[in-house]
Amino acid sequence: MNYPQLFKDGLWDNNVAMGQMLALCPLLAVTTSATNGLGMGIASLAVLILTNTLISAVRGVISPQVRIPVLIVMIATAVTLTDMAINAWMHDLYKVLGLFIALIVTNCAIFGHAESFASKQPVIPALADAIAMGLGFTWVLVAVGAMREVLGSGTLFANASLLLGPGFAWLETTIFSTSPDILIAILPPGAFMALGFLIVIKRLIDQRLRNREEAGLVQMQH
Amino acid sequence: MSNLGSVLNHDNPVYQAMLLSVSCAIVSLALIGGYLATNDRIIELELQDQLNTLGQVLPADRYDNNPLEEQYSLDDDRLLQPAQLMLARRAGDISAMALQLRVAGWGGPMDLLVAIEPDGTILGVRVVRHKETPGLADNIEIAKSDWITVFDGKSLANTPTRAWAVKKDDGDFDQFTGATITPRAVVKAVYTALELQQSWLASHKNGPQQETQP
Repeated sequence: MNYPQLFKDGLWDNNVAMGQMLALCPLLAVTTSATNGLGMGIASLAVLILTNTLISAVRGVISPQVRIPVLIVMIATAVTLTDMAINAWMHDLYKVLGLFIALIVTNCAIFGHAESFASKQPVIPALADAIAMGLGFTWVLVAVGAMREVLGSGTLFANASLLLGPGFAWLETTIFSTSPDILIAILPPGAFMALGFLIVIKRLIDQRLRNREEAGLVQMQH
Repeated sequence: MSNLGSVLNHDNPVYQAMLLSVSCAIVSLALIGGYLATNDRIIELELQDQLNTLGQVLPADRYDNNPLEEQYSLDDDRLLQPAQLMLARRAGDISAMALQLRVAGWGGPMDLLVAIEPDGTILGVRVVRHKETPGLADNIEIAKSDWITVFDGKSLANTPTRAWAVKKDDGDFDQFTGATITPRAVVKAVYTALELQQSWLASHKNGPQQETQP
């Protein structure tokens, strides 16, 4: 198993949100602030790790014909258990994320990876894949959330101490003392725009890298 | 023996049916376990949340009972669902009342909590949950603006009916720039709360006192 490639795929090349264009429903819905994005990212990461490892561990007994219903009940259970656990033991976080945790079940990335990766690979690679994909999704959520929060409310990581504990109060920054109030950034259309800009930036970087590679090849031939 | 082997064959429909039922049984057990492990704690925390919200409008030194235990449901056409009236008592006497109401806002349902003295004077109002436009109409939140405190001390006795409206409608209360519907809904909700409290008091003049005294 080529682990560096696995992580490169998850974090950049084949990123859940920016490469595969999956999981846009939770992405667009929760990212009104960087903190919300981070919370959703961590919750998705936890569910991905749980489901990928579990499904990989039992892949030998799952018959291909009924794999879809089996995977669905397993994922739904993992999400429900996560939801109950966060509600009981991280109640303040639950009040911020509550509605969105159930949305994780609609995250096609989780099902997609259970189906295409975890059900065919041993436990360790499946775990690595879950971590790579989960981290990749988390950073996009935080980036989109940060763009929208800075433009819309002028802050960054507001209420982070609610999510991560009082030790992280230093993360809470005010970027503009008078909020720029670009309302549309916080409203739903802002989510589409922020994601759109991020995808454009990623494509531009990819293109530049490709061009440089080609130029390098041409030079080598000479 | 060959029978058993064929049942374990992944292509055998019997195996697939067994796989489905066994996995459903396992996840059901997992869910039951999760529910049992978390449910008591969740109920306790949610109760605490409710008391915390109540504490924003009803100072804790005003009551010595649990207001959440004595609730009445009051229906009204202006509300999206029946209001919950909670009684706060000190030494057995009603010291205050809190009403939780759900009205239609601009962006969706809006939950308010109104605390009222027995004589009909407002102790405090808070918007507990709303889906109004951020930046335009969220000044109804105490975290964003003190607008919501204009209701403190108001009553049906000291504010005439026609004044229970936003300034645009010739009433007493400020609207926000670009958002009139939200404050209008809040004013209407508070007025409804006062009316409900008055009519409840009128119909229970001596009733509830006797009900709770053994």
